[in-house]
Amino acid sequence: MNFPKELRYSKSHEWVRIEDGIATIGLTDYAQHELGDLVFVNLPEEGDELTAGEALGDVESVKAVSDVYSPVSGTVLQINEELLDHPELINEAPYDAWFVKVGSFTEDEELLDAADYEAFCEEEGKN
Amino acid sequence: MEKTTPLYETHRQSGGRMVPFAGYLMPVQYEAGVIAEHMAVRKACGLFDVSHMGEITYTGPDALSLLNRLLTNDFTNMTDGQARYSVMCQEDGGCVDDLIIYKVKEDHYFIVVNAANKEKDFAWMKGHEEGNAVFTDISDSVAQIAVQGPKAKEILERLLPQEAFPVRYYSANFDTSVHGMSCVISRSGYTGSDGYELYLAAEDAPAMWQLLLETGKEDGLLPCGLGARDTLRLEAGMPLYGHEMNESISPLEAGLNFAVKLLKDDFIGKDALTAKPLTRIRVGLKVTGRGIVREHMTVYQGDTPAGETTSGTHAPYLGYPIAMALVTPDVSAVGTKLTADVRGRRVEMEVVPLPFYSETRKKSRK
Repeated sequence: MNFPKELRYSKSHEWVRIEDGIATIGLTDYAQHELGDLVFVNLPEEGDELTAGEALGDVESVKAVSDVYSPVSGTVLQINEELLDHPELINEAPYDAWFVKVGSFTEDEELLDAADYEAFCEEEGKN
Repeated sequence: MEKTTPLYETHRQSGGRMVPFAGYLMPVQYEAGVIAEHMAVRKACGLFDVSHMGEITYTGPDALSLLNRLLTNDFTNMTDGQARYSVMCQEDGGCVDDLIIYKVKEDHYFIVVNAANKEKDFAWMKGHEEGNAVFTDISDSVAQIAVQGPKAKEILERLLPQEAFPVRYYSANFDTSVHGMSCVISRSGYTGSDGYELYLAAEDAPAMWQLLLETGKEDGLLPCGLGARDTLRLEAGMPLYGHEMNESISPLEAGLNFAVKLLKDDFIGKDALTAKPLTRIRVGLKVTGRGIVREHMTVYQGDTPAGETTSGTHAPYLGYPIAMALVTPDVSAVGTKLTADVRGRRVEMEVVPLPFYSETRKKSRK
C-alpha cells in the first residue's frame, strides 16, 4: 500500500494535492484496493461548487456504488475526463488518476498527513 | 455467527477476501480481482468453492411420483446420472427455490439447492413427504467445487480417465475418484462457460482444491470468488433466487417456462400458474446510456413506470453494463427502449435477447 508523503488525506479515503492555490483530488490506494475493480465514474461538471464532506461524484466497482467526498470546499476548475472512459486507471495508478482540480478552495475539514492516514487505514483494516 | 465451508482456512491463506453470504463466510474475490477472475473463466479456467450450497438425497420407491408433484419439471424418462433443473413452487405459484435434481439410479435422487434456502427447502420437502420415500439433508458432509471454463476439461483430464467424464451437459458420473478421493463429477455450472462441478466429502475438499489449483496453474486457472460468480451468471442471463425469482415471483414471470411442465399431472402451484395472466416478465437489458444499473431500480418507458430491475452490473467479458428486470409484457419485446432511474438520473437501456453471453452462440458464429 502506498501513502505518498506530499499528499494530505481525508478519513473517507480521498487524497488532496495542494499546489499553486489549486487542490487536486483523487481516491487513495487503500480505497481502490478496498473497492476492487472500478468500472464506472461519475464526476461533477466544471464550475460546480463543492462543499467539504459532501459527495463530489461516485465510483462503481463491479459489486457496488460508493460516493466520493470532497475534502475541500471550492469551485471545480477541471475534471479528468479520461477517467470517464477508463475508470481502471484509478486501480492502476490511484495517485495519478485525479478526479477534479478545485480552485478558490477553503479547508473546512481536518485532513491527515501520510503517517496519520496510514495509521488510520491500519485501524480500519482491523475492523 | 456465520458458518464456514471446509475450505475456509484455504481461502484465507490464499488471499480470499471473506464476506458473509447466505449465512456463510465466503470469498468474494481473491488477489486477482473480480474482472480477472471473470475473464479467466471465459478464456481459461476458474475454480469456485460452492460448498455452501445444500445437498439433499431423496430415496424410496415413491420418490419419482412425489418429485413430479412437488416440483414444476417432469422427472419421468430420466436416465441414470441425468440432471434436470426445476423450480419448487408454493400453491400460489411463487418460488420456494430453484434447484437441480440428479437421478442417481432408480428410486434414488440427489438434489442441489441454494445455500440461503436450504433449511426452508428441507422443511418444505419434509412437510410434503408421503408414501415410501425419504428426504435426507447431507449438506454438512458434502463439499462442492466448480471447475469452469474452456480449459476445465483439459485440466481435469490430467486427473481423471476419459471414461470418467459425463458426456452430455447436465449429466453426472456418481462413481469416480481423483487421487483416491471419491467424487461425483457433473457437467454443469453457473457461469455460462463449459465446465464441471465436483461433489465430494467435506474432509477431502482442501486437498482437492490444492490439487486442482496446482494442476491448472499452467493453463491460467484462477481461484474465483462470489463476485465473479455473480457477474458470470448475470452475463449468461441466469436467474438468481432472491433476485429474478422469490416467493412472490412465479417461474413463468422469471421466464423459466422450459422447467415448468404445465401439461403434466397436478403439481403444487399449477392451478395458480395456469390461472394467472402474466403481468410482468423477465427481460435482459443492455445499458446504452452512461452508468451502472443495479437491482431495485425503477424501469420506465417514457415517463411511465414499467417495472423494476432485479440484477445489474458491468459485464466484464462483453465490456458494457447489463441488467435484468421484471417489466410489463407490453415493453418486453427485443429492441424496446427503456430507462432506469439510477439515483435520480435516467439511464438509457434497450431490451436485448437473453442470454447476453452464450458459448454456443459464440461458437456457431465462427
